[in-house]
Amino acid sequence: MPDRPLSPHLSVYRFKYTLVTSILNRATGLVLTAGLLVLAYWLMALHQGPESYARAVGVLSSPIFKLLYVGLLFSFAYHLVAGIRHLIWDTGRGLERSQSQKSAWAVGIISVLLTLALLFVTFAQRGAS
Amino acid sequence: MSLQSPLGRVLGYGSAKEGVHHWWVQRITAVALIPLTIWFVVSVLALPSFEYATVARWVATGWTPLLLVLLIAVMTWHSRLGVQVVIEDYVHSGAKTLSLILSNFAHTLVAAAAIFVVLRFAFGGAA
Repeated sequence: MPDRPLSPHLSVYRFKYTLVTSILNRATGLVLTAGLLVLAYWLMALHQGPESYARAVGVLSSPIFKLLYVGLLFSFAYHLVAGIRHLIWDTGRGLERSQSQKSAWAVGIISVLLTLALLFVTFAQRGAS
Repeated sequence: MSLQSPLGRVLGYGSAKEGVHHWWVQRITAVALIPLTIWFVVSVLALPSFEYATVARWVATGWTPLLLVLLIAVMTWHSRLGVQVVIEDYVHSGAKTLSLILSNFAHTLVAAAAIFVVLRFAFGGAA
């Protein structure tokens, strides 16, 4: 490792809640990458035929995976809403400090509501997966 | 007026006009993923069950295979770009190159395997 300061300089910033929206976007992106592996596993089990698939569904509906689906649904909701915020920023809009503070709250509230709705549909409406 | 030195011009140094390529592709794939991921989440949650026959029929029917192939291709591409930036930010020295290569291999493998399964069911290759 080079003997000099390397970007990103994580320790030099004063903590502010808008900072959380940024790191959460990255964290949820990584969780969704894990979700990509689950999707590939699901499809590859399908390729293996009915018996292997039934075994895989057994694994995929275990408690640890149910916990993962909660994380995946939140990550999907958050990364979607926060990603749209980034795309709006890319057009040069909403970059003032007061605006980005408001949109940080909006991202948090909308993504939590969306997550709750998705969780309701996933777990309350249907017991499966 | 060019600010390039004569030597630089002769050696062909300078911008390759690709400085924004990573940034731009990340944005384009992000825009494409908005409708694709919403479609995917809604479709999967609307499945009556996750039994083999149900899922096998869903994967093979209508426009589902086309949308699945698009989703898998664009999502792995977007994921690859995102993971690349994370590695470049936090992993240094020799482990960085190795991590980047492993990430590229893993993403390519996931995309190829998932698309292969979708196409096999779509074209009726599944017994």
